[in-house]
Amino acid sequence: MSALLEFLKTYMWPLIFAVVIVAVLPLLAGYVVLMERKIMADMQARLGPMRVGPHGLLQPIADALKLLIKEDIIPENADKVVFWFAPVISVTAAMLAYSALAIGPFFQIAELNIGLLFIVAVSSMGIFGIILGGWASNSHYSLLGALRSTAQMISYETAAGLALVGGVLLAGSLSTREIVQAQHGGTWYVFVAPIGFFLYLVASIAETNRAPFDLPEAESELVAGYMTEYSGFRWAVYFLAEYANMIVVASIATTLFLGGWLRPFQGTPWMDFLDFFPPLCFLAVAGYCFYRTPKQPEPIQSMVMALFGGLCLLLAAAMALPFVPAFAASKPGLHGAFWFLLKVSLYIYSFMWIRFTFPRFRFDQLMKLGWYFMIPLSIVNVLGLGVYRVLRQLQWSRWPAFVLTTGGTLLVAIWLVWNAQKKAAAPSSVGDMTEAEG
Amino acid sequence: MSDTRTTGFPGVEQTVLGADEIIINMGPQHPSTHGVLRVKLRLDGERIVDSECVIGYLHRGVEKIAEHRSYQQFAPYVDRMDYVAAVSNGLGYCEAVEKLLGTEAPMRAKVVRTILTELQRISSHLLWLGTHAIDIGALTPLFYCLREREEILKIFEKYCGARLTTHAFRIGGLQYDTYDGFEAETKRFCLDFSHRVDEYEALLTENRIWIARTKGIGVLSAADAIDMGATGPVLRGSGVKWDIRKAMPYAAYDRYEFEIPIGQNGDTYDRYIVRMQEMRQSNRICLQAIEDIPAGPIMGKVGKVLKPPVGEVYHSIEAPKGELGYYIVSDGTTQPYRVRIRPPSFINLEALDKMIKGHLVADVVAIIGTLDIVLGEVDR
Repeated sequence: MSALLEFLKTYMWPLIFAVVIVAVLPLLAGYVVLMERKIMADMQARLGPMRVGPHGLLQPIADALKLLIKEDIIPENADKVVFWFAPVISVTAAMLAYSALAIGPFFQIAELNIGLLFIVAVSSMGIFGIILGGWASNSHYSLLGALRSTAQMISYETAAGLALVGGVLLAGSLSTREIVQAQHGGTWYVFVAPIGFFLYLVASIAETNRAPFDLPEAESELVAGYMTEYSGFRWAVYFLAEYANMIVVASIATTLFLGGWLRPFQGTPWMDFLDFFPPLCFLAVAGYCFYRTPKQPEPIQSMVMALFGGLCLLLAAAMALPFVPAFAASKPGLHGAFWFLLKVSLYIYSFMWIRFTFPRFRFDQLMKLGWYFMIPLSIVNVLGLGVYRVLRQLQWSRWPAFVLTTGGTLLVAIWLVWNAQKKAAAPSSVGDMTEAEG
Repeated sequence: MSDTRTTGFPGVEQTVLGADEIIINMGPQHPSTHGVLRVKLRLDGERIVDSECVIGYLHRGVEKIAEHRSYQQFAPYVDRMDYVAAVSNGLGYCEAVEKLLGTEAPMRAKVVRTILTELQRISSHLLWLGTHAIDIGALTPLFYCLREREEILKIFEKYCGARLTTHAFRIGGLQYDTYDGFEAETKRFCLDFSHRVDEYEALLTENRIWIARTKGIGVLSAADAIDMGATGPVLRGSGVKWDIRKAMPYAAYDRYEFEIPIGQNGDTYDRYIVRMQEMRQSNRICLQAIEDIPAGPIMGKVGKVLKPPVGEVYHSIEAPKGELGYYIVSDGTTQPYRVRIRPPSFINLEALDKMIKGHLVADVVAIIGTLDIVLGEVDR
């Protein structure tokens, strides 16, 4: 008994955080979907979900319920065990990655000294879920989707990993907490390694199978790719894994390049008024909700709107808590989480923006981009940042070192593009395409 | 498919597959076969080795129905062939019967027909653009296209009460005169529309991914296009300057100035450019036509019961998808003896097998999109 108590005492907070992650993440993923649909609607001159709850606020819950009560179908000739197991692998990998991510200085399940390595390793396990799911379905479309995703993820995992190495070089640590702390008071690494950030942005879109790299599930070609035969709750699990993965890559990018939980301009005293931003932000949302409450068509919708406003008010109060002297210690935790989630949201927003703007790549073009452009450039980027680090140690000031290394990397990027264009300009025909095959 | 061997069962053939080959069935239920087209693809990896189109899932026997209906009764049926361009179908049929009767619609009717048909061409091309873009993965243009198409459909609705299968014209002229404000509304739409086309082009024309996905894809040489009888934008994309509106003017097209855009390489990108330019030209025709709609009657001298003299007639128009022809044989009764329809989609679809060979699965949807087929018309 005392051993159990001892165990609980030691691991109380990690356990609580783990429960919070497992409980909140699916909900969060649901609301990311809602936001995506709303943003898509905004960009496409329409309204998006408006029926379930005011402005569609309850849509994710309705969707989840619908998926839960759907008939569970396993195709007749499918490999039943693998078919059952594949989505579980995907979602486990996505969730496991959170264990080492630090959302604010306190909110972290496990502080690992190899945190980033662990996250990358674990989240790439998710590929198995996709491959196995596509194979077990015993359908040609699923198989093609699974094959595509294998090739794609392996190629882009390399580029993404190398882009991360650049950030790790600058921070001198693999621990997510130390990487963020290394950016404290200094410059966020996005301003030191913009090319690395760009590479990670592109590679992370490809890794999470989002448009314009959504070939594994290309709706207009492969119906739904590896998910073709999945329906109901299993499908929902895949869906959850996809959106959870999006949040993971956004969190990694935030940690490594966007200063993690740090407020913008931390260390610049006259910018301290930004501390008031979190409570005011929630206050503004709450105010809007209460303003719209009497205008809802149905009483139940007014109720939900008021409830949502109340929730925002509560969050505003929580964010204002650190201004009370007695609770001043809670500031890094609360505000850190706010800034972290805000940055993650902005990163995901850019994902969506890109999705609604660009057409989809073709498979061989995707491979060409990966192997001829992304990977060489990311290697050069690592080299450039290494040189930057050395120059800084040789007491060079920041700007000359930055211009030299980033300029050099940029020149290589331009050369790569120019080279690719020269190749593309050469006469191509249908027969010529065989050699371009990834 | 080419390599077949017979099985033990008479009439049942089995395709011999290579070691790495698979056959996948694209359609009839697939998100981007634009209806109920079924394409059997023989794949080596993702490369298409061979393909076969299977059609007929939407066959309704339109031509046979014609033999049991009077000339006027059959007119609404043609709207159901190319259901995204019902007005054009109706124009072709009405003009064919008028030719058979030896009458002509009055000038006012002809001009109104021209305006509505050109609006229909724009709306058909808008739907093509949206779906083609969504096939290639650009989600957003579809909604902008539908927004403009809605404006056109509103004009149709105000004119004749229907939006999709309009049955806008009658044999001999028009049933309805233009409504109050028709000119103003159409003009407002046309003036606005050229900026809207600029918007779509800003999204796609110079987009590098779009170019990479469409340039050099589904090349159809001019000779092949002519051999296969391809018409419309598919033919013009290959660089053949052939447009029935210019070659054999019908309705009131000889009154207006417009150009025939053509492509050079006959690839998917060229056909995209051709259709975009065609929308601008249609807009130009509308703007010219709306300026002076001649006054006068809208219905020619046609009896209540149509009994064309014994004889036959072929009349074709430039529908949004290509040459839409009606071959009507009359035996002197109130019902046609035979109606044969030359549907542009059906004949353009023949080029599919040739165009997709050697390409990837992703290109198949791009090429089906660029052919701009409507299965209602392919199967009739």
